[in-house]
Amino acid sequence: MELLRFATVGSVDDGKSTLIGRLLYDSKSIMQDQWDAIEHTSEQRGEEYVNLALLTDGLRAEREQGITIDVAYRYFHTPKRKFIIADTPGHVQYTRNMVTGASTANLALILIDARQGVVEQSRRHAFISALLGIPHLVVCVNKMDLVDYEESAFNAVRDEFAAFASKLDVRDVTFIPMSALAGDNVVEPSDRMPWFTGKPLLEHLEEVEIALDEDLDGRRFPVQYVIRPMREEYHDYRGYAGKVAGGVFRAGDAVAVFPGGRRTTISAIDTFDGPVEAAAPPMSVTIRLADDIDVSRGNMIVGADRAPISAQHVEGWVCWMTDRSRLTPGTRLAIKHTTHSARAIVTGVLSRLEINTLAEDIDVDGLSLNEIGRVTLRTTEPLFFDPYRENRHTGSFILIDEATNHTVGAGMLLGAIEE
Amino acid sequence: MTATLPRELTHLEVLESESIHIIREVAAEFEKPALLFSGGKDSIVMLRLAEKAFWPARIPFPVVHIDTGHNFPEVIEYRDKRVAELGVKLVVGSVEDAIAAGKVVEETGPRASRNRLQTAVLLETIAAGKYDAVFGGARRDEEKARAKERVYSFRDEFGQWDPKNQRPELWDLFNGRRRVGEHIRVFPISNWTELDIWQYIQDDGIEIPSIYFAHERPVFERDGMWMAEMGVMPHLPGEVVQNQVVRFRTVGDMTCTAAVSSDARTVQDVIAEIAATRITERGASRADDKFSEAAMEDRKREGYF
Ligand SMILES: Nc1nc2c(ncn2[C@@H]2O[C@H](COP(=O)(O)OP(=O)(O)OP(=O)(O)O)[C@@H](O)[C@H]2O)c(=O)[nH]1
Ligand SMILES: [Mg+2]
Repeated sequence: MELLRFATVGSVDDGKSTLIGRLLYDSKSIMQDQWDAIEHTSEQRGEEYVNLALLTDGLRAEREQGITIDVAYRYFHTPKRKFIIADTPGHVQYTRNMVTGASTANLALILIDARQGVVEQSRRHAFISALLGIPHLVVCVNKMDLVDYEESAFNAVRDEFAAFASKLDVRDVTFIPMSALAGDNVVEPSDRMPWFTGKPLLEHLEEVEIALDEDLDGRRFPVQYVIRPMREEYHDYRGYAGKVAGGVFRAGDAVAVFPGGRRTTISAIDTFDGPVEAAAPPMSVTIRLADDIDVSRGNMIVGADRAPISAQHVEGWVCWMTDRSRLTPGTRLAIKHTTHSARAIVTGVLSRLEINTLAEDIDVDGLSLNEIGRVTLRTTEPLFFDPYRENRHTGSFILIDEATNHTVGAGMLLGAIEE
Repeated sequence: MTATLPRELTHLEVLESESIHIIREVAAEFEKPALLFSGGKDSIVMLRLAEKAFWPARIPFPVVHIDTGHNFPEVIEYRDKRVAELGVKLVVGSVEDAIAAGKVVEETGPRASRNRLQTAVLLETIAAGKYDAVFGGARRDEEKARAKERVYSFRDEFGQWDPKNQRPELWDLFNGRRRVGEHIRVFPISNWTELDIWQYIQDDGIEIPSIYFAHERPVFERDGMWMAEMGVMPHLPGEVVQNQVVRFRTVGDMTCTAAVSSDARTVQDVIAEIAATRITERGASRADDKFSEAAMEDRKREGYF
């Protein structure tokens, strides 16, 4: 069965958790004991309805405050597909947790309250989703029950979002009017909005085309671990274990190994269950090479026809995720990119994004918590990468503060700086 | 030239690949990882994935079992057989030894359980082995606090989880940095569901202990669940021992793991049973979470898995 990972995003209280609860409930994915538990809690708090958000808001603090603080992962399936949901928080303070949940998603549900329209947080999350290269967006115009299911209310939000989204780099945007609370257009089509002719959300999730989302052209294999069995029967075995990050590798392929770009051929692609003829993303395999060359963790095996960019001075978008420090020129950090760890120094902060206008403010001295901007970095060792737009695996990196060990930055590479 | 995919991967292949990636990442970046093995189906699958991750080499870290002394004999037999097959080192942290040495105090009464004591022994075993990463077989679909936890779950010197201050975790770039005394709990099968585990057991032909299949055994009813009669738990008034055909949906300490009525005798039967069930595995068989809203979150804060 095909697997689709999606995330909910959008402003606080626009109904993300309620929508996930509704989706799970109406698709019969909630077990009796889970239902009993949230029914009991809702009753105890004197709530009018069973609070569906309690299905994902699982932490004590979340239940006390009635908001989502960190991502919750939920799982369900229909006869057509299997789904992994990341329900993310809308509050600006927890943007780093939203980025966490959205970073692995192939589709984002952007919730917008029909009464309020597109607010700053909707824009921030839409922009981050686009920056993360999430190929499919579904704008859920929610709380239609509070605007009498009026088509004009839906159209107003749709037009407002569409105008904003034209400035974003997104391939596929769909709009659905719904009520997460009442269940309109979530699993079943709504008879209260006969004017809407599109599909309800679940049907869309089951049918959206996702097979073409990986980069199958540039062959990329970051070496994770060298397998050298200390056993008689595999005496000379030397395999390079990793997960394919791009393209299709086959035994016999001409490849190059970075750094250095030494040429060789793939002699076999192994797995525990036997050799495979071809390996594509996201398969974890072990590659053996025809020549005995020195390859170690952090190296990258690539198709000989298309080399990655190799550079020590790079430019990328960075989302800064801590309030304990700012990202400024001169900041030193640890960087993790594919299976490669190095150190980096910030050589420039080129811009900071104005969320409401999507304009780049170039008169800046740094980035603070939750700010996004274009940054240049010099690294202690060369990175082998593709622009993030071309490959989410080889184009992404994280920044770690070496004093606190916290992950403080999420980065998406744009290219090398010409020296 | 546009390459074409050899074929579409199944969701189990995608999950398997993700888990193997995580396991290899830990082996590459930590000095002393260890894999926690409870004998339950989840840790059995996790151990299998570790075997696959390093083949044809051996698993490059030890297997740790926190032994409450209240085990099902089938599980211990299975553990020893598997460890011998794989040629890995087994480290046992014994709750009974800790009680004997006066390090922890046994609960008393009919509701006594060693579940809580496990945490202290686990932390002590981690400290003694100087493990800096410990693999656990927890799944996010098990419970609402687990649903919130990162794949790499940072633990301070006291083994505590701080749910309000988790590190961001982006893409598949894991941050394993820690100071001396701190460690990371790693959950490679976070994204698997109970049904995924069983389908994988089926597809992969993995052997599992017989108590997962329907069998007749003496049990008594407590809190609406069948508890195994093993001579360990004192009875409350009115609890009568009787024979029932049951199986276990989860396997842990016998004082807090209940059996369910079932006639599923094969993996196929179990899959059919789970696909049709309306109760979660914790709801059906875990006595430890019934009493409070946030029991799991609280135990995790204290260092539990
Ligand atoms: N009337 C109405 N209320 C809704 C609807 N969807 C959600 N709500 C209510 O809006 C409030 C917030 O809902 P949540 O689902 O917690 O919002 P959220 O987007 O998850 O919020 P955060 O996760 O904290 O960002 C709750 O009181 C819901 O009952 C809807 O379709 N109609
Ligand atoms: Mg929420």
